[in-house]
Amino acid sequence: IVRWRRELGTEAYIPQRFPDNRIVSSKYTFWNFVPKNLFEQFRRIANFYFLIIFLVQLIIDTPTSPVTSGLPLLFVITVTAIKQGYEDWLRHKADNAMNQCPVHFIQHGKLVRKQSRKLRVGDIVMVKEDETFPCDLIFLSSSRGDGTCFVTTASLDGESSHKTYYAVQDTKAFHNEQEIDALHATIECEQPQPDLYNLQRIKEITEYNNLVNSAFMKLLYFAIFSKTSCLISGVAIYTGMETKMALNYQAKSQKRSAVEKSMNVFLIVYLCILISKALINTVLKYVWQSEPFRDEPWYNQKTEPERKRNLFLRAFTDFLAFMVLFNYIIPVSMYVTVEMQKFLGSYFLTWDEEMFDEDTGEGPLVNTSDLNEELGQIEYVFTDKTGTLTENNMEFIECCIEGHVYVPHVICNGQVLHDSTEIEICKPLFNTEELFFRALCLCHTVQVKDDDSVDGLKKSQLSRRSCIYISSSPDEVALVEGIQRYVCNWEGLRTLCVAYKKLTAEEYSNAQKLLQNAKLALQDREKKLAEVYEKIERDFILLGATAVEDRLQEKAADTIEALQKAGIKVWVLTGDKMETAAATCYACKLFRRNTQILELTTKKIEEQSLHDVQDGSSGNYRELFLEICRNCSAVLCCRMAPLQKAQIVKLIKLSKEHPITLAIGDGANDVSMILEAHVGIGIIGKEGRQAARNSDYAIPKFKHLKKMLLVHGHFYYVRISELVQYFFYKNVCFIFPQFLYQFFCGFSQQTLYDTAYLTLYNISFTSLPILLYGLMEQHVSADTLKREPSLYRDVAKNALLRWRAFIYWTFLGVFDAVVFFFGAYLLYDNTVVTSNGQMFGNWTFGTLVFTVLVFTVTLKLALDTHYWTWINHFMIWGSLVFYIIFSLLWGGIIWPFLNYQRMYYVFMQMLSSGPAWLGIILLITVSLLPDVLKKVLCRQLWPTATERIQVKIFFIVKLVFCITNL
Amino acid sequence: MKNKASFVPQEGEVRSSRCPDNSAFKQQKLPAWKPQLTIANVLSSFFLTGTFCLTVGVCLILSTNSIGEIQGEVFMYYGLQNFYENHRRYMISRSDAQFLGRKFSLYYEISYCAPFTTYRNGTPMAPCGAIANSMFNDIVDLFYSLNSSVIQVPLLKTGNSWWTDKNVKFRNPKSYSLSPAFAGTASPPYWQKPVYLLDEEDERSNRYVNDYFIIWMQVSAFATLRNLYRRRSPLYAFERFLNFRVSRFKGRKHVILSTVVRSGGSNPFLGIAYVVSGTPPSLWHGELLSIENSTRKCQLNFQKVNTASCE
Repeated sequence: IVRWRRELGTEAYIPQRFPDNRIVSSKYTFWNFVPKNLFEQFRRIANFYFLIIFLVQLIIDTPTSPVTSGLPLLFVITVTAIKQGYEDWLRHKADNAMNQCPVHFIQHGKLVRKQSRKLRVGDIVMVKEDETFPCDLIFLSSSRGDGTCFVTTASLDGESSHKTYYAVQDTKAFHNEQEIDALHATIECEQPQPDLYNLQRIKEITEYNNLVNSAFMKLLYFAIFSKTSCLISGVAIYTGMETKMALNYQAKSQKRSAVEKSMNVFLIVYLCILISKALINTVLKYVWQSEPFRDEPWYNQKTEPERKRNLFLRAFTDFLAFMVLFNYIIPVSMYVTVEMQKFLGSYFLTWDEEMFDEDTGEGPLVNTSDLNEELGQIEYVFTDKTGTLTENNMEFIECCIEGHVYVPHVICNGQVLHDSTEIEICKPLFNTEELFFRALCLCHTVQVKDDDSVDGLKKSQLSRRSCIYISSSPDEVALVEGIQRYVCNWEGLRTLCVAYKKLTAEEYSNAQKLLQNAKLALQDREKKLAEVYEKIERDFILLGATAVEDRLQEKAADTIEALQKAGIKVWVLTGDKMETAAATCYACKLFRRNTQILELTTKKIEEQSLHDVQDGSSGNYRELFLEICRNCSAVLCCRMAPLQKAQIVKLIKLSKEHPITLAIGDGANDVSMILEAHVGIGIIGKEGRQAARNSDYAIPKFKHLKKMLLVHGHFYYVRISELVQYFFYKNVCFIFPQFLYQFFCGFSQQTLYDTAYLTLYNISFTSLPILLYGLMEQHVSADTLKREPSLYRDVAKNALLRWRAFIYWTFLGVFDAVVFFFGAYLLYDNTVVTSNGQMFGNWTFGTLVFTVLVFTVTLKLALDTHYWTWINHFMIWGSLVFYIIFSLLWGGIIWPFLNYQRMYYVFMQMLSSGPAWLGIILLITVSLLPDVLKKVLCRQLWPTATERIQVKIFFIVKLVFCITNL
Repeated sequence: MKNKASFVPQEGEVRSSRCPDNSAFKQQKLPAWKPQLTIANVLSSFFLTGTFCLTVGVCLILSTNSIGEIQGEVFMYYGLQNFYENHRRYMISRSDAQFLGRKFSLYYEISYCAPFTTYRNGTPMAPCGAIANSMFNDIVDLFYSLNSSVIQVPLLKTGNSWWTDKNVKFRNPKSYSLSPAFAGTASPPYWQKPVYLLDEEDERSNRYVNDYFIIWMQVSAFATLRNLYRRRSPLYAFERFLNFRVSRFKGRKHVILSTVVRSGGSNPFLGIAYVVSGTPPSLWHGELLSIENSTRKCQLNFQKVNTASCE
C-alpha cells in the first residue's frame, strides 16, 4: 500500500532492502559461536602465545607433551567461552523479549497484533499511552484533536522532559483504521544515521493531491514513552538495526585499568626472562656438548637422522624446546583467573545492601567489571553538581518583583534567610505583580495530568490539589507549584528572570511568519531559528525574578570530606553560575569558611567564567593552569559545556603523573566526561539513564561513592594485586627448579616434573585458593576502611604493584625455587633416603620438589590470608588434599592409555621414606621463613597505616575481651 | 569484559527484583578467623619452629653417626660418576609397555627406544632402549677374611626392588618355558647374555622381573648415581669381572657398603640442615624481642597521637 524510497547522496534511485525490525545486540549466534569466539580469544596476545607454544610442541620433538600446554589452554579458552556465551545468552534473551513484544499494526483496515520483529518498513503502527515505540516512526495522527503527542526520550538521550510532537499536517485528521489504511504515500528520507538531534529531512508525497509536502517531521524515535492519554499512529521508517537507538549503541572504547597495564608490563618482563633463559641454556648446551664423550656417549647414542641434522636447525629446535620447557613461567591461567575474579567480584558490589537506595528501589549497577580495582586507585574525582551533589529536586523558594522579595509561608529546608523582607501577599495584586504571575503561569510547557499512577513525576506537595505536573524542565514544575501556593521569596538559588514586551497585532504576525519560515527551513534550521528569536526577544521590560532551590543530597558533605581525607582531590565541574556553584561547594564542605579562595575569572575565553580555573583548552596556559590546580585543595569549574568537562578530565589525565581519574554525573551532559575519565560513574537519577548507561558503574546516590571507593575499591585493588603478584611468584617457583635441573642433566631439556603435574599445576592444584583469595580477602574490615578514609592512601599510586614489590615477589620465587631444588638435591645426593636401602629415581626427585612446591605456594597464600572463612579453609586445605589424592591415584594404577608408567607408585614410595617427610617439612619451613621474617620486620619498623590499624583493632578486641572477662 | 547493555529499557521489571539479599556471604560478612601477625604470635611460632628444627636436627645427627659401626643388614651398592642417566634422549629410550609383558609390545610399542629398537636385520631388541642396553654388568663378590682364609659371602639378589615394581610394573610375557616368549627377539647389543638368562637359578627373578634389572631401569636424577646391588651382612669386596666401561665418558665407578637407620642412609645433610635452619628462628626470636621493646615506645606514642587527633 505504501511505497518507500530512500534518498541517497545522488538522486539515483536504488531499490533497497530494508531490514526487518529484529534487534540484534548479541554478538554470536548458535552456529557461529565457536569459530567467532575462538577467533576473538586468540586475538589476545597471551592466548595466541600459548597457541604458538602448543603448535611448536605438536611440530617439533619437545620435552613435554602437547597436552601440558594444550589442556590448560583449552581450559582457559573454555572458561572464557562459557562466560562470554553466558553474557551473550543474556543479550539474546533481552533481544527476544524485545523482538517478541506485541505491536499493533494496521493491516487491511484492521488492527492486528503481531510480534515486534515482524514489523517492516512502511507498516503503520498504533501505539498506546506508555508504550515503547517499536521502531522509528513518522507521526501520522493522534487521538488528541490537535494532532500532538508528548514523548520522553529518557532511554535514549537521558532527557526526562516531555517533548511535544506534531503529526503530519495531511494525515492528522485520520482517526480510524480505515482512513489511515487508505493512505498512499511515498516518503523520502535520509539513510539511517546515529545523530539524534539533527532533524531528518523527510519528504512525504501524498499521491492523491500530488502535493509535495516537505514538512519537517521529527522522527519518533524507537523506545520512547508516550506520556499522554492518547493513541497515536505512525509509519515505520527505520526498523531493526537501523533505528536511531541501535545506531547509537556502538561499542564504547575499552578502558584498561592500571593493574592490567602493570600486568602486561610484568608479562613482557617475564617473556624476556623466558627468552634469555632459553638462550642461555641453548648456548650452554652446545658448549657442554662440544666434547664428544658428552654429546654421544656409548650408552646414549643418537639415531641416524639425529646425527645428520643441520647444526643450526638443531640449535633452533633446541631453543624452541627450551622455550616450551620454560613456557610455564608465563602464567597461562592468570588471565582467566583475573577475569573470573573481576566478573564474580563485581557481584559483591551489586549485592551490597548499603548501596541500595530504598527510595528509588535502585542498587548499584556494574556495566563493566574490568575496572573494579581502579576504584581503589582514584586520585581525582570530577563531579557534576546538579543531580549529583544536589538532589535535582527543585523547590520554589522566593521571588522578587520590582525589588520586593516574597517568601512563602513554609521555610524551605529550615534555612533562615536574614536579609530578606518578608511580605505576605494577600489578595490585592499590583499591576506588575499580576503581570509577573501571569507570565509565569502562561509561559511554560507544564501539563496537568489527573492520573497519579505514572512514575517518575513530581507530585504536588500540597494536599488541597492532587494534580501532577509534567513539564520539559524541572524548574518550571517548581515554579508552577510555587505559584499555586500563591506565595512567593536568595542565596545560591537557581534564578529565572521574568520580563515582558508588548506586541501589536502586526508585529505579532510578522514574528509568527518569521518563525514559521525558520521552522520549515531545510538547512541550518537551528541557526535560523536562533536568529529569529534574537530578533524578537529584545527590548523587554523586567518584571522580576524567581528563585528555586536545589537541595544538597544527603551525606554529600560527609562523602566529600571522606574522599578528601583519603587523599582524593575533588573537583566540581558544573554548567551553573559561579555563585550558585560556590554556595553548593560551601554547603557540601568542599570549601570551608576559612578556605582561601583563588578566583581565576578571565575575560570570557570561550564563554567560560572560571572559578579557580582557567580555560583548559588554550594550550599556552595549560601548564600554568595545571600547576595552579594541582596545588589547590579543591577546584570548582563553572559554566562548563559538556565537552569542556571532558577536556578538563583529559587535561588532568594526561598530566605528568598520569593520575587516575573518576568522573561522576547524572545527566546526558556528563556523558562525555564519564567516557573520558578512567572510571565513569553514573548516578541513576532524575535526568534519565543516559549517564548510567554510558558509565562503567552506576550508583543511586552520590553518598554511595564513599563505600564504593573506600571499601570496595580498596578491597578489589588489594585482592587483584596480590593475585597478580602471586601468579608470577608461583610460576617462578614452578619453573625455576626446572631451569636449574638443566645444569645437571646435560641441558637435554629433561623435565623435572611429570606431565600430569606440569599440566595440572596451574589449572587445579594452585588455582582455586588464589581465586578465592581474590574474591574474599579482607585485610581489614569493611567498617574500618569506611571509618578511616586515610587507609586509602596506603594503596594509592598502584603501591602493591610497583617495581619494588614485583622484584621482591620474583626474588622470593627464585629463592624458594633454589631452596626446593638444592634442598632436595642435597637431601637426595647419592645417599639412601629410604629405610629399605632403595635409591630414589629421578621421578621421585621431581615429585619431592613438586610436593614441596605445591605446599609452599599454598601455605604462602595461607600466610597472606587475613580473612579465613570456612570457604577459605575448604579451598586451601582442600586443594592440598586434592593434590595428595590425585598423586596417590595417578601413581596407584597402571594407566592403560599411557605409553609410560614412570609415575607408578612413585608418590607412595616417597611417602614411605622417613627422611623424605623430614625433608619436605624442612624445605617448606625454610622457604616460608624469610617471607614471614620480612613481614614481621616491616610491620615493626615501617608499619603502614593499614597495619597500624590492624594492630590497634586487634588490641582493642583483646581489651574488650579482657573487660568482658572481668 | 564489557557487558554490552541491551536495548531493553531496564526499568519496571528489574525494580522489584533488584533489592539485594541480606545473606552474610553477599554482604561479605561471613564469620571469619582473622589471624594477625602480632609480635606475640610470631615470636612464639618462631620459637616453636626453631626448637622443633633444632631437636630434629640433633636427633638426626646422632642417628647418622651411629651408622658408622656396621651391624645388622648391609647394603651393597655400585656407584657411577659422570654417567648421565638423566639425559632426555637416554631417559625416554625405554618401553614400559614392553616390561608390562604385553606380547605385542615386543614389536610395536618400542618406537621410543631408538636407536636401540631393532638390529639391522630387523630383529627387535628385548628389552629395547638405551637404558636397558647400558645395564651395569660388572660382577662384584664379597669375601670374608678369617685368619687368612677367604670365604665368599653369600649375597641376596632378590627382595631388593620395590614390591609393586616387581609384581605389577614389570611382568614377563606369558609363556610356558624360558626362551619361546622371546623368540624372534635379540638381547641388546651390549648385553652378554639374553634377558631370559638374567637369573638362571631363580625363575621368579628371571627376565624382566629380575631385581637387578628393575633397579637399573629406575633412572637416577643426577649424573652421579648409586644403585642397590646386593644385600647381606659383612665384609670385604673385590671386583671380579670388569665389564662396564667408564673411562670413555670420563666416569668412575665404585662399590659402596652401607647400613641404613630409620632416618635413611649416612647422609648428614638432613641433620645439619635442621640444625642450621633451626638456629636463625631461635636467634630472631631474641632479636625481635629487642626490636619489639624499642618500637613499643613509638607505638604507644603513635596511639596517643592517634586518639588525640580523633577527638
